[in-house]
Amino acid sequence: MSEIEQYLAPENLASALEVMAAGAVTLVAGGTDLTPQINEGRRSYAPTLINIRHIEGLSGISAPDGHIRIGCLTTVSEIRQSDLLTTAAPILCEAANHFASEQIRNAATIGGNICNASPAGDMIIPLLVLGARVELASWKDGGVVVRQVALKDFFTGPGRTVRRDDELLTAVIFARPAENFIGYFRKSGPRPALEISTVSLGIGGNLTDGRFSDVRVAFGAVGPTPMRGKNTEAALEGKILTPDVIQAAVVAARKDVTPIDDIRATEWYRNHLVAVFTEELLQNVCQN
Amino acid sequence: MSVKTELTFTLNGRPVTLEVPVEMTALALLRDGLDLKGTKYACGEGECGACTIEVDGVTVNSCLMMAVDLQGREVMTIEGLQTNNALHPMQQSFVDHGAVQCGFCMPGMIMQANYLVKKNPDLTREEMTRGLEGNVCRCTGYSKVLDAVAAVVGAKQEA
Ligand SMILES: Cc1cc2nc3c(=O)[nH]c(=O)nc-3n(C[C@H](O)[C@H](O)[C@H](O)COP(=O)(O)OP(=O)(O)OC[C@H]3O[C@@H](n4cnc5c(N)ncnc54)[C@H](O)[C@@H]3O)c2cc1C
Ligand code: FES
Ligand code: FES
Repeated sequence: MSEIEQYLAPENLASALEVMAAGAVTLVAGGTDLTPQINEGRRSYAPTLINIRHIEGLSGISAPDGHIRIGCLTTVSEIRQSDLLTTAAPILCEAANHFASEQIRNAATIGGNICNASPAGDMIIPLLVLGARVELASWKDGGVVVRQVALKDFFTGPGRTVRRDDELLTAVIFARPAENFIGYFRKSGPRPALEISTVSLGIGGNLTDGRFSDVRVAFGAVGPTPMRGKNTEAALEGKILTPDVIQAAVVAARKDVTPIDDIRATEWYRNHLVAVFTEELLQNVCQN
Repeated sequence: MSVKTELTFTLNGRPVTLEVPVEMTALALLRDGLDLKGTKYACGEGECGACTIEVDGVTVNSCLMMAVDLQGREVMTIEGLQTNNALHPMQQSFVDHGAVQCGFCMPGMIMQANYLVKKNPDLTREEMTRGLEGNVCRCTGYSKVLDAVAAVVGAKQEA
């Protein structure tokens, strides 16, 4: 294990970003991914460790003009219990409800879940369904610069993203869903929680007189990154959800995913679950 | 040598200041640095809940938390539950219901149960089961644990 030479717990964003611009750092938020990775030797510390949990202004859920903004330090427990999200985007609360255990939810941050970039990251699926963007801050020419990246373009492989080493993910933002937005999340595992997803799935869109539009579909743990299901979306867009349309979507979903065999499940079983869950979630949508 | 940093926090109501190695977990600090052996080390990876402590009013797995992250926080361990050498009502209820066998999981189980009841005095059995999902017990089979927690909820509602 490499040695930490410096530990910092800055209280403002600018000072954290200044250090990040100067050299290699490891960031820690809740530590629920980082600590096991270090202990198992899958990862080592950079010379500087920055604890970002004391930085002001990075936690909490707000609703600025027509949008919902979730600060990177917001915990999964806070998302699960949020009145604002229960009303505006219950699909996020649903995913939070199936996340780990209460103790982990109390520590785990949304920023950590996104930046860890696991193909099975549970909060990422509803955020893809909500068409979210992430905000990345860095230090340039003596000031803070911020860029936004669509979450669907953020992941490049298992544990890999387009975030540069000098960038801190400050928040995730999405347009407040329309009144007629319906979204569902489904995760598989032998238990309701404390389970890394073998397959997770989210479907959402606007439902008007039985017609489903602005449809977004996202899959977890069935490819190298969490991903949008383009074929499934195309099979559903603007359609009334008849049994034929649902069957076409199930076929399309099998085309969207590229699961593998691993210790948690076989490729065959994952494909099977994708089909079953796609149908199940679309049946749920029909019941509205 | 790894770097150390000064750390100040409140532990079971008393202020503590000491130097800790930056890599140390909160669990190692409590057990080895401060000799509070009530909080248990079992899996070391967030799966079992034996290391559950309360930090700023919420429970976390101390095996996943860095000791340095305790800076400025209010920490409660199982040792902080007792008052005047008398068992806390949650501890007493576990004893009364025969909910303890080998006892290894119990400090974590009781910390989590106490937190759940504080957070929601009308806790249902279903909510208890969900709330204790992160606490594994290899002995009891959980039903007496739930009886013990339910009795505390019932007693609070009557009072
Ligand atoms: C027992 C157990 C069960 C779990 N169950 C689940 C589950 O059901 N579903 C699930 O999705 N996950 C699960 N996890 C994984 C983990 O809890 C989550 O991914 C969590 O959200 C990570 O957040 P954190 O704050 O703890 O991240 P940390 O461990 O602090 O950080 C994770 C990574 O992201 C980086 N990082 C953190 N914040 C930022 C930021 N703002 N900007 C840039 N980089 C950043 C860190 O440097 C690190 O590389 C589980 C973990 C354990 C130990
Ligand atoms: S020792 Fe921390 S959860 Fe098992
Ligand atoms: S009483 Fe033995 S592990 Fe729970």
